[in-house]
Amino acid sequence: MSDAKPIIEATHLDKFYGDFHALKDIDLTVHQGEKMVICGPSGSGKSTLIRCFNGLEWHNSGTLVIDGIEVHEQSKQMRGLRQEVGMVFQQFNLFPHLTVLENLMIGPMKVRRLTRGQAEETARKYLDRVHIPEQADKYPAALSGGQQQRVAIARSLCMETRIMLFDEPTSALDPEMINEVLDVMVELAHSGMTMVVVTHEMGFARKVADTMVFMEQGEIVEVSSPDRFFTSPSSERCRLFLNQILEY
Amino acid sequence: MIRFFQKFRWPDWVILGVLMAFFGYIWFTIEGSLNYSWRWHLIPNYILGWHTTREVYFANILLQGLGATIRISVYASVLALIFGTILGIARCSSNLTIRMLARTYLELLRNIPPVVVIFIFFFFLSQQLIDFLNLERWARGIARQDNNAVWEFFFGEMRRFPSLIAGVIVLALFESAFVGEIIRAGIQSIPKGQREAARSIGMSHGQELRYIVLPQAVRKVVPPLANQFISLIKDSAILSLISVQELTYKTLELVASSRMIFEAWLTTAGFYFVICFGLSRLFARFEKRSDNR
Repeated sequence: MSDAKPIIEATHLDKFYGDFHALKDIDLTVHQGEKMVICGPSGSGKSTLIRCFNGLEWHNSGTLVIDGIEVHEQSKQMRGLRQEVGMVFQQFNLFPHLTVLENLMIGPMKVRRLTRGQAEETARKYLDRVHIPEQADKYPAALSGGQQQRVAIARSLCMETRIMLFDEPTSALDPEMINEVLDVMVELAHSGMTMVVVTHEMGFARKVADTMVFMEQGEIVEVSSPDRFFTSPSSERCRLFLNQILEY
Repeated sequence: MIRFFQKFRWPDWVILGVLMAFFGYIWFTIEGSLNYSWRWHLIPNYILGWHTTREVYFANILLQGLGATIRISVYASVLALIFGTILGIARCSSNLTIRMLARTYLELLRNIPPVVVIFIFFFFLSQQLIDFLNLERWARGIARQDNNAVWEFFFGEMRRFPSLIAGVIVLALFESAFVGEIIRAGIQSIPKGQREAARSIGMSHGQELRYIVLPQAVRKVVPPLANQFISLIKDSAILSLISVQELTYKTLELVASSRMIFEAWLTTAGFYFVICFGLSRLFARFEKRSDNR
């Protein structure tokens, strides 16, 4: 991966919530086309980290360069950058007052200024990609969790983003729906999208990850390839964590 | 009706008896000691008068007042909705100054008696505005025209237009504080995730508010806004203090000229009750219907 262009570069990133040190001196580089899986116990700062990548949270010190542009709280470019960085949330966050199709069209129409026809074409294309074209005219509340999350993925894709961030996309789902979402994510990974995924789905990680990151208490403890990560992690804490989640 | 009374048990009869005795006593006092002569038969004439020379019915003093109350309530609520929405958005602003200004306005209005607020608004604001815009002369000009029926339909007697506008502005400014609180509650009831999702697809702050937050908030605020509208109709009675010719003011006039104290006030109370109760039943039905969907 080292020959590809870096697309997210974090150096010495620090983040505080009041006195709480949420991110401690984070150094991390994501290259174009790379699939990175971040795991770690809850409260380890992994969600905070990827929320910094599209400006839902701001770092307090250090530098964060996304697609060649340095971002910080005052930077005007963040809004433009967000159009390049998609985000999929744990709680889906679909817009309940809009139909599935409208959920997908509102971004392209209002932000990218596409016409209704163009936006609908894009929306239907990506609804096909997530395998639920027949749900286009329903409201989100009428969909199952798995379907809602796939719509959320399609909503991000409709913005033709270059980076996709996933914040525990399957944690709020019933077990039987996890696979349909992961399948869509695997297909997306094979299409060459740059992905940063916070998840505990180690099967998914094994299948697609180029890089595994383990975080604990706001620090990056380990960055390695999946092969090394799952067989011989270099840190003791990482090994303990893996034992816990892989035991069952 | 018989089945209704069958549900009564002895305590209900006791309560009913006491109440009837109480009202009977009041009735007796008025009849006996006050030597009050009831003239209910005159009231319909003050609602719908008969023009003896032109031989047509015309809206007399009470119906004029009712018309003015309805006009003022409708215009004031539209204006209050606009001010209130701005105020509600300002209350959720990320800018501290804007937030503080909106909060100050709200707290002032909440903690000063409505009558005092109305006098202050009237003398300091709406009167200045009317002088500034020269509305007085403009309205008199229209009143002198022959074909001013449309104007009269929307604004009543055009000579009274400045006072109507003053009333509308004063009432709207007063109610907007409460509308603003309803709007703020509506906006803040939208989960944070909705805003984050909007931002993550690149929406600006304004787009996020316009396309995502407000459409969802509107659905939540309709029932409390409907109640506020009913409050506004009742509050409009205070405008009689600044000589706006609405129902209460007209009733005061009627009482002063005809001495029909009880009849006039009971009729006016009936008007207010029918309108407000009718609206609240109507809104309740709408609400039920939209819940079923």
